[in-house]
Amino acid sequence: MSARKNRTVIYHILVCLFGLVMIYPVLWMIMSSFKNSSEIFQNADSLLPASFKFSNYANGWSGFGGVSFSVFFKNSFVICILATVGTVISSAIIAYGFARCNFKFRNFWFGCMLISMMMPFQMIMIPQFIIFKKLNWVGTFLPLIVPYFFGLPFGIFLIMQFIRGIPKELDEAAKIDGCSTYGIFGRIILPLIVPALITTAIFQFMWRWDDFLAALLFLNKPSRYPVSLALKMFSDPSAQSDWGAMFAMATLSLVPIFIIFICLQKYLVEGISTTGMKD
Amino acid sequence: MTISQRLNKENTAGYIFISLFIIGFLAFTIVPIGVSFVLSFTDYDILSAPTFIGLNNFKEMFQDPTFWQSMGVTFYYALVSVPLRLIFALLVAMILVRPSKASGVYRAVYYLPSIIGSSVAVAVLWKRLFASDGAINALLALVGLPSDTAWLAQTNTALWVLIILAVWQFGSSMLIFLSGLKQIPVSYYEAATIDGASGPKKFFSITLPMLTPVIFFNLVMQLINGFMAFTQCYIITGGKPLNTTLFYSVYMYQCSFQFNRMGYGCAMAWIMLILVAAMTGILFKTSNKWVYYESK
Repeated sequence: MSARKNRTVIYHILVCLFGLVMIYPVLWMIMSSFKNSSEIFQNADSLLPASFKFSNYANGWSGFGGVSFSVFFKNSFVICILATVGTVISSAIIAYGFARCNFKFRNFWFGCMLISMMMPFQMIMIPQFIIFKKLNWVGTFLPLIVPYFFGLPFGIFLIMQFIRGIPKELDEAAKIDGCSTYGIFGRIILPLIVPALITTAIFQFMWRWDDFLAALLFLNKPSRYPVSLALKMFSDPSAQSDWGAMFAMATLSLVPIFIIFICLQKYLVEGISTTGMKD
Repeated sequence: MTISQRLNKENTAGYIFISLFIIGFLAFTIVPIGVSFVLSFTDYDILSAPTFIGLNNFKEMFQDPTFWQSMGVTFYYALVSVPLRLIFALLVAMILVRPSKASGVYRAVYYLPSIIGSSVAVAVLWKRLFASDGAINALLALVGLPSDTAWLAQTNTALWVLIILAVWQFGSSMLIFLSGLKQIPVSYYEAATIDGASGPKKFFSITLPMLTPVIFFNLVMQLINGFMAFTQCYIITGGKPLNTTLFYSVYMYQCSFQFNRMGYGCAMAWIMLILVAAMTGILFKTSNKWVYYESK
């Protein structure tokens, strides 16, 4: 009995130690954001700052090139919220079509969706840039928002899986009662797939928040930069080397993600398990 | 037939529901692919009209040492980091599958890096961690190990900094394996125990085969993403030192947007698309040899 207890204790110690190694970089960043800039690298081995200072946050928030981080955060929120809303609405509609309607060439279009899911953005970024340039969209938020109003394959898949779990008898009962296909979608299915919509929204929001490449390509004025791009510019050695301020802004940029992670983890786990298990 | 009857036919309704997808697919995938195909045979700097140069872009590419260099770096990065991450994820999942009160906390801690790992904040952090005066060297000094390695400046270590960042994000694969492990019927293990099978034997005869569909799907998706990795390289190393960490997509970005050679960039994109498609095809073709599907 005690040998078994010992093994349990060792198990927990090892798992905890390894967990500490895993999150050490993040802790180091958060703690460094409270250190003096000179202290960060002199005492890089100690986690706790000599004393907690918030001046880095004030310094960092003033941003660069006359644009403060309040602008960058506002830009990020505008882009992410609009893109997420578009993704959820369009993906729900498209997923219902694929999951419940029998139409000609359905498998063909489904194959197209698989292709667009596997197609990396890097493959089409050059022609997209050229097209958006011709449309005069480069420099605006439009290239970062509009494409998501036409469905996100990840979301379509996730919602389809969810709709398939709803008994078809519900649809049929509504049909007998005189409900149209559109009515069934709006009144029966939509209220039932809310959890899948939330999962889609959370993932899309996080991806858009982290997105760097599209912002790098399509935005050209600092006043339009989202946080991700601003952080990169902020960290360039030529700009300045106030690492305390940089870590402060990096920490702040992760706050929305941390909030989602802590409050909505259930949905994250669900989304990963349903879409990652499929083959 | 009235309009509402016509709209309610399943065929019509289906097309109305997926019309957004069709429009988006044509506008943001098919048209760009077509444009890219045409441009790959031209010399185009976006300012003046493209000039047709036949296969010259491709000919030039095969003589461009940087092209081969970036291809090699990308293959090395993807083929090392993706399997390592999956093996790691499976190992940790096997450890965490054991039920305990704290397992929810452990899962969250291991999962956190893959949630934030692709952000610019972490890329910038990584750059500072592995700087010569960064935390990694400081910690090495603390335990008395050599602490003057310039991780990001040496040709033999720089790429590994990026690989470690990729492996660090094993959390989401771990979650997938965890839910896969929980779906394996306990009766299989009980039967194996009665037959006297050892632990490793159970792993290789039950656990691994039952997980192969999940492993396969994740291998394919992560390899595609690995070949296309951009942000980490662009921010942490910028391809330095001596292009030993220059990812293919970063080189493609440089050619198209810094040297304004859109045609050459498109040609590079096509080569990568063909390679990735071929690799995916091979994986699918060989999958029936090693992927176990229960229904068969």
